Amino acid sequence: MAEDSETKKVFDAEAAGSLMKELRGTYASGKTRSYEWRVAQLKNVMKIVDDHEKDILDAIRADLSKPEQESYIAEISIVKSSCTRALGELNRWMKPEKVKTSITTFPSSAEIVSEPLGVVLIIGAWNFPLLLALDPAIGAIAAGNAVVLKPSELCPATSSLIAKLVGKYLDSSCIKVVEGSVAETSALLEQKWDKIFFTGSGRVGRIVMAAAAKHLTPVALELGGKCPVVVDSDINLPVAVRRIAGGKWASNNGQACIAPDYIITTKDFAPKLIDALKHELEAWYGKDPLESKDLAHIVNSNHFARLVKLLDDDKVSGKIIHGGQRDKANLKFAPTILLDVPEDSLVMNDEIFGPLLPILTVDKLEDSFDMITSRGKPLAAYLFTNNKKLKEKFVKTVSAGGLVINDTVLHFAEKTLPFGGVGESGIGSYHGKFSYEAFSHRKSVLYRGFAGDASARYPPYSDRKLKLLKALLSGSVVGVILALIGWS
Amino acid sequence: MFILQVGTLSKSVNLALSSLKDWMSSRKAKLPIAAFPSTAEVFPEPLGLVLIISSWNLPFGLSLEPVIGAIAAGNAVVLKPSELAPASSSLLAKTIPTYLDKKAVKVIEGGVAIGEHLLCCKWDKIFFTGNARVGRIVMTAAANYLTPVTLELGGKCPAIFDSFSSSWDKEMVIKRVLGGKFGTCAGQACIAIDYILVQEGFAPTLLELLRNMTKKMFGENPRETQSMARIINKQHFLRLKNLLDDPSVQSSIVHGGGMDEDNLFIEPTILMNPPLKASIMTDEIFGPLLPIITLKKIEDSIEFINSRPKALAIYVFTKNETLKRRIISETSSGSVTFNDAIIQYAADTIPFGGVGESGFGRYHGKFSFDTFTHEKAILRRSLLTEFWFRFPPWNDFKLALTKSAYSFDYFGFLLVLLGLKKNS
Repeated sequence: MAEDSETKKVFDAEAAGSLMKELRGTYASGKTRSYEWRVAQLKNVMKIVDDHEKDILDAIRADLSKPEQESYIAEISIVKSSCTRALGELNRWMKPEKVKTSITTFPSSAEIVSEPLGVVLIIGAWNFPLLLALDPAIGAIAAGNAVVLKPSELCPATSSLIAKLVGKYLDSSCIKVVEGSVAETSALLEQKWDKIFFTGSGRVGRIVMAAAAKHLTPVALELGGKCPVVVDSDINLPVAVRRIAGGKWASNNGQACIAPDYIITTKDFAPKLIDALKHELEAWYGKDPLESKDLAHIVNSNHFARLVKLLDDDKVSGKIIHGGQRDKANLKFAPTILLDVPEDSLVMNDEIFGPLLPILTVDKLEDSFDMITSRGKPLAAYLFTNNKKLKEKFVKTVSAGGLVINDTVLHFAEKTLPFGGVGESGIGSYHGKFSYEAFSHRKSVLYRGFAGDASARYPPYSDRKLKLLKALLSGSVVGVILALIGWS
Repeated sequence: MFILQVGTLSKSVNLALSSLKDWMSSRKAKLPIAAFPSTAEVFPEPLGLVLIISSWNLPFGLSLEPVIGAIAAGNAVVLKPSELAPASSSLLAKTIPTYLDKKAVKVIEGGVAIGEHLLCCKWDKIFFTGNARVGRIVMTAAANYLTPVTLELGGKCPAIFDSFSSSWDKEMVIKRVLGGKFGTCAGQACIAIDYILVQEGFAPTLLELLRNMTKKMFGENPRETQSMARIINKQHFLRLKNLLDDPSVQSSIVHGGGMDEDNLFIEPTILMNPPLKASIMTDEIFGPLLPIITLKKIEDSIEFINSRPKALAIYVFTKNETLKRRIISETSSGSVTFNDAIIQYAADTIPFGGVGESGFGRYHGKFSFDTFTHEKAILRRSLLTEFWFRFPPWNDFKLALTKSAYSFDYFGFLLVLLGLKKNS
C-alpha cells in the first residue's frame, strides 16, 4: 500500500539486534567461508563499479561536486584494483602458512591458519564515500566474513546508491547496508561485533572504541591528523609543487585524511615556493577558482563555517597571501595560502580538512622534525628533498602512519604497503593483503607426534628432570644429550 | 613451573638477541612497473611508551615475556606485576632496576588503585594479561587516548578426547592431559585444559586411565607430595569451593574433591557430566577441577564448542585426520593443538593470543616484537618522471590515460597516447 511504502522503518536497538541475529545465523551456516562464495561476491563488487560507473560518479558529484576525474582516480579505480588484487591473490592468502618448529616441541609440525573473524561492521566516511565503504568491505569479504556497511549520511546520494547496488548485486543474506546517522550508528555499536572498522575523526573514533570495549571487539581506526610537508630547496620545484598541489587541492579540495595539511620550508626558499604554488594554482583553476569546475565543494555548511572560523581567527589576519575567496551558498572555497601563522592559531591546532594551506618557515629544516611529532603522530608526513642525509633523518625520527619522499598521498594506492595510522592517527592498517589480515584471525595450529616425550615434563619432579628441561628449552641439542646421559 | 617461566623466558631472550638485527631492518615492498623508479618499504619503529600489566598465575613469565618484546622493539616500558603474587612482584621490582636501564624500564607495584591511576595516563600501547572483566576496563580506558591494546584473556579451553587403541599412545596422551591440567599451576592457567569432551562409550576407560595416572603423578596423597601448586589465595579457593557446592555438581565428582582451606589446597578432582548450566561449566574454572562431558559422537564436540565463547586454545587428542581437519575449519579459537596441551606456549614460530572473548593481539617470538612496533610505510619517489595527466585541469584525454594507467593497461595507455583510443 502507498502508506506502507512511505513509512521508513526506524533502525533502532531492536532492529540492530535482529539484524545481528540473522547475520550470526548465516555466518554459522558457513556460507561465507568458501572460496567460491568470496570470489563470486568480489566479482560482483567489480560489476557494481564497472556497470554503474556513471551512476556512482553522478552520486558523488551530487554530494560533493567532486570533479569526475578525481572520483575516478581516487574512488573507482582504487576499488577496482583492490578487487582485482583480492581475486588474484585470494587463493594464496587463504592457504595456511607452514612454520618451522624447534627441538623444544619435537616432534611436531605447525602452521598458521587464517580464518574469518565472523560478523564485522564497517563505518565509512564522507570524503571518499564509495571508496571508504567498499575498500574495507573487499577485505572483509575476501577474508570470509559477514559484513554490515554503514556509509556516511553526509553523502546521501552515494549512501543510497551503495545500499541499492549492494542489495542488488551482493549476497544480502551475508552483506547488508544500514543507512543513517548518529541514532542508527549508536544502535549498531551496541551490538557485539567480531571486528569494527571505522574511518573518520578521532572524536568519533574514541566513541567507537569505547563501545567496542564493552564486547572486547577488536577495532581498526583510520583517523586523521595534520599531515606536514617539509620542502627543501634543492629540488625540481615545478614537479614538487604539482605533487603538493595535487595532494592538497585535487584531493577533494583538501578534505582528505592524507592531504598535505601544512608546509614547513626554509625562510629563504619560501618566496620561490609560494610563487610556484600560485602559478600552478592559476594554471589549474584559473584566475577565479570559484568558477572552476575542477574544484570539489565543501561537504556541508557546518564544515564551511568551521573553515571560515579558521580564517577569521585574529591570529591569522594579515597572513593570508593567496586566495581566501568563498561562496557560502554554493559551498565553494578557493585554494588559500597562509604564511607564518602563529603556532597557537586555530588553523595550526586542528586538522584543517579543507583548502587552507599554512606555510611555516624555519632556519634549518631538521629543526622542524621535532615540531611535527610534538603535534601528535599524523597519518602521513611528506618530505621533498634530494639530500640523502635529510631523507634518512626524516625516516628515522618522524613517526607517522606512512611517509612519502618526494610526493604526496600516493602511498595510498600502493597495495603492498600497509595503510594506517599510529597514535592519534589510528590503529590497524589495510590495503592489499593487509585488508585480508585486518579481518582475519590467524590461528596457530600445532601438531604433536607420539614418538617420544620427556617424562621430565611431568610430576613427580626432580633435579635431573629440571636439567633436561633446561636443555630442551634452550634448544641445545648437546645439552639435551648430556642431560639424558646424566652428565653436568 | 620451570617450563612456563624461566625456561621459555631464556629461550625468548636468546631468540630476540640473535634475531634483533633482522627484526629491526626495513622490509622492501614490491611495486608495479608503472611505479618505476619509486621504491617502497616498511620500517619498524617503536610505539613509544608502553604499559604491561601481568597476571598472578605465571608472574614472571607473563611479565617478562612481553617486556622482552617491548624492549626488543625499542620502547620505554612500565611493568605492573600482579599484586596477588607479592613475592614475585617484589622480586621483579627489586631486580629489574638493578639489571636494566632504570630510566627506560620501570616496575610499579600495586593493586587496583595503582592500576586505575596508570590507566588514566596516555600510553602508546597497553599489553594486558588477565580476565575479561578487567580486560574491558583496560580497553575502555585505552579508548580515551586511542591507545592500541593487546588483551591476553582466558576462556574455557576444551580437550577433545578421541578413542585411542594403542596403549603407548593412551599413556602418552593421558600424561599430557593431566600435565595440561593439574600439572600447570593446578589448572590456574589461561591455557590449562578446562574440561574434557569424550564419546560416551569411551568415557569409563578414560576415567580409569585418568585416575590411575593421577595417582602415579601426584601420589596417593597429593597434598603431601608437593607435586601440585596450591590455590593462589582465599578468594579463589572459595570461588572454586563454590563451584562444587551445588549439590548436582557435588554428586558428579568421581575422583578427589578433598579441600584444605588452611593450606589453600584442592586435590586433583574429576567430575563426570556435571550439569551444563552449572557455573562449573559456564565460567572458566581456573583450578584443579576437571569435568568430563560425554557426547554421543565425538564429532558433536564441534557444535558443543561453537555454542560457547571462543577459547584461547582447543586441544584435540586424536589420530583421526578428518576430525583434525574439521576442528580446524569448523571451530574458532586462539590456537589448536593436537595431541598435547600447553606446549604451544613454548613454540615461538606460532603466534600466541586469543580471539573473541579470549582476547585479541598476539605475541611470542617475532610476534612479540611486532606487537610493540608500528610498521611505518615509506614510499620514495623520484622527481625525474611524472604522470602529468594526474593533475587538473581535467579533460577527456587525461581521463582516458588515467583509466589505462590505473588499471595497468599499458597497451591501452599507449593507444590513448597515440590518439588511437578515446575515453568512452
